[in-house]
Amino acid sequence: MTTQLAEAPSDAVPSPDVDRIPAGRSRSWPARLAFGAFAGTLIALPGLLGDPASVRQWAEWLCYAMVAVGLDLAWGYGGMLALGQGLFFGLGAYAMGMHLSLEQVPKGTLPSFMSLYSDYTELPLLWRPFSSFWFAALAAVVVPALIAALLGLLVFKRRIRGPFFAILTQATAVIFALVLIGNLKLTAGFNGLTGFTKMFGRSKYDPDTGTWLFTVAAVGLLVVLAVAMKVVNSRFGKLLQATRDSEDRVRFLGYDPAIVKTVAFSIAAAMAGLAGAIAAPVFGIVSPGQFDFLYSILFVCWVAVGGRGTLWGAVAGAIAVNWARVTVSAARPDDWQYMQGLLFVLVLAFVPGGLAGLARSLWHRAAALRTRSRRSATPSPAPTTAEVGT
Amino acid sequence: MSTVLEVRGLSVDFDGFRALDGVDLTVEEGELRFLIGPNGAGKTTLIDCITGLTRPTAGEVRFDGQLLGKRREHVRVRMGIGRSFQTPTVFDTLTVLENLDLAESFRRALPALFLRRRGVSDDVARTLERICLSHLADRPAGTLSHGQKQWLEIGMLLVQRPRLLLLDEPVAGMSPEERLETGALLQELAADHTVVVIEHDMAFLRRFAHRVTVLHEGKVLSEGTVEQVQADPVVREVYLGRSRDERSGAAPVPLPVEALPMGGAT
Repeated sequence: MTTQLAEAPSDAVPSPDVDRIPAGRSRSWPARLAFGAFAGTLIALPGLLGDPASVRQWAEWLCYAMVAVGLDLAWGYGGMLALGQGLFFGLGAYAMGMHLSLEQVPKGTLPSFMSLYSDYTELPLLWRPFSSFWFAALAAVVVPALIAALLGLLVFKRRIRGPFFAILTQATAVIFALVLIGNLKLTAGFNGLTGFTKMFGRSKYDPDTGTWLFTVAAVGLLVVLAVAMKVVNSRFGKLLQATRDSEDRVRFLGYDPAIVKTVAFSIAAAMAGLAGAIAAPVFGIVSPGQFDFLYSILFVCWVAVGGRGTLWGAVAGAIAVNWARVTVSAARPDDWQYMQGLLFVLVLAFVPGGLAGLARSLWHRAAALRTRSRRSATPSPAPTTAEVGT
Repeated sequence: MSTVLEVRGLSVDFDGFRALDGVDLTVEEGELRFLIGPNGAGKTTLIDCITGLTRPTAGEVRFDGQLLGKRREHVRVRMGIGRSFQTPTVFDTLTVLENLDLAESFRRALPALFLRRRGVSDDVARTLERICLSHLADRPAGTLSHGQKQWLEIGMLLVQRPRLLLLDEPVAGMSPEERLETGALLQELAADHTVVVIEHDMAFLRRFAHRVTVLHEGKVLSEGTVEQVQADPVVREVYLGRSRDERSGAAPVPLPVEALPMGGAT
């Protein structure tokens, strides 16, 4: 069906007006510049830090930042308070941890914990494909995404949202931890998978391995960040924000919000899975304790501190809070828990925009100051009277 | 002329309250139909049933001959039923252009949505002109005035090229000038769309309506041209709030309905 729109005489449409509308790409260069600067900083960082322990620690934080970026996509842009990202982080870590466990022993033999705790004579079916690195890497990303898709469809198709969604994700994460602990024979239970002295053909004790892992984490974060930026700037990103703001209106635009949210939640889960896979060799141990539901809540807090709804904020929040944790606990080991709690309360109460929001308002204030000082520098009396008037 | 919308014996029960009671309504292709009635008459409920927001207790709705049944809202939109709401709902954080672009893109496949928008489609550009928002294309929609938001919402409907447009009080809260402009826009729309408009404003109605359906207490009271409906003694009774309403004990409803509160869901 053609509407009158299509048949409108061409002279009714002034073409300059159409040309004047920016194509949406013009604003992308500052973002690219920032991304390049960030990539450069990451490359230079191991050299600047020097100390292998700090490099390892930073690699860990970069993994957390990956989770935070994914969570920000789901929560900041999609309005889904996912309180169970630890589940996906853990799944990714276990997938890679299983591969690493198998790397420690000759091909075809059982990982050391299995010969201790179980009566298996040969490798269980679940473990077999993980001897392949690529399978493990793929599983670390795909399995979380699939589980999130399933959970999302179940929840969002029934129009469950808000706190109910948060509780459901949290409960799923708790169940996952319980399953891990309960299946001692398959997962080494509470002890977790340990003893990764060989990593992808490298020795754990080789001084270069730390820097190499850091580089992997840095590349991982850059990839995750680039994908997230692509998503946010795409039509899907706009649709996701629209769904966050008014799900019903999106429905009456002809979109199914359940699908939109499920896709975003899956992407977030895949990012957490990738982070977990990289974190496994960085930690050197994969245990249920690390993927405690407490972590799931901490992820949300980092994004809140950094500023939800801005990808850089999520990265900054994850790194800054962890940096503060390490710095404070080194000086005053008992006080960090209280300071962390206080920090979150203060942020939620006074700086809802987080670090990113703070930076933005400071920037605006500085810009306003600059224009004011420029105005007062010009010897025109008019603005002064205007100011007196107001 | 073919029938676009056919409503038969539609009833809605809200916990014992009969919002709609056996409503019949037929809208032909290309019609501009006005739906009027006092607050609580069931006008919005009727539109809610057509768009799938409310499940009818009894009766059926056919669009283009197809039974709508239990189809969900977004499926009905994809069939070609577009609607606006009493309070304009645009996406405040997105720009005017992004709002329109998102509305237009609803037929794209999901993977195609992951591409970044390049340029502006002719349809969106023309609609921007038509709803007088070209100069505000890159402003967040949240900064628009009430009337402009209402226009943006109509624009979002237009780029979707629906077969049937359902507008819920499109001039509510508008200034007199904005009302006139909106009326002109509606008449223009009616030239190539089938439009159903809920409106309280009698002056607006007299000026722009073709055919009018009057709802009262969930039933169709009268149907016809503006003159016919205005001459109908039963309608006059209801609107002037004489004998009938006094008998039933309901508060009388004054005729110049402009003064009625607009927020109430009817």
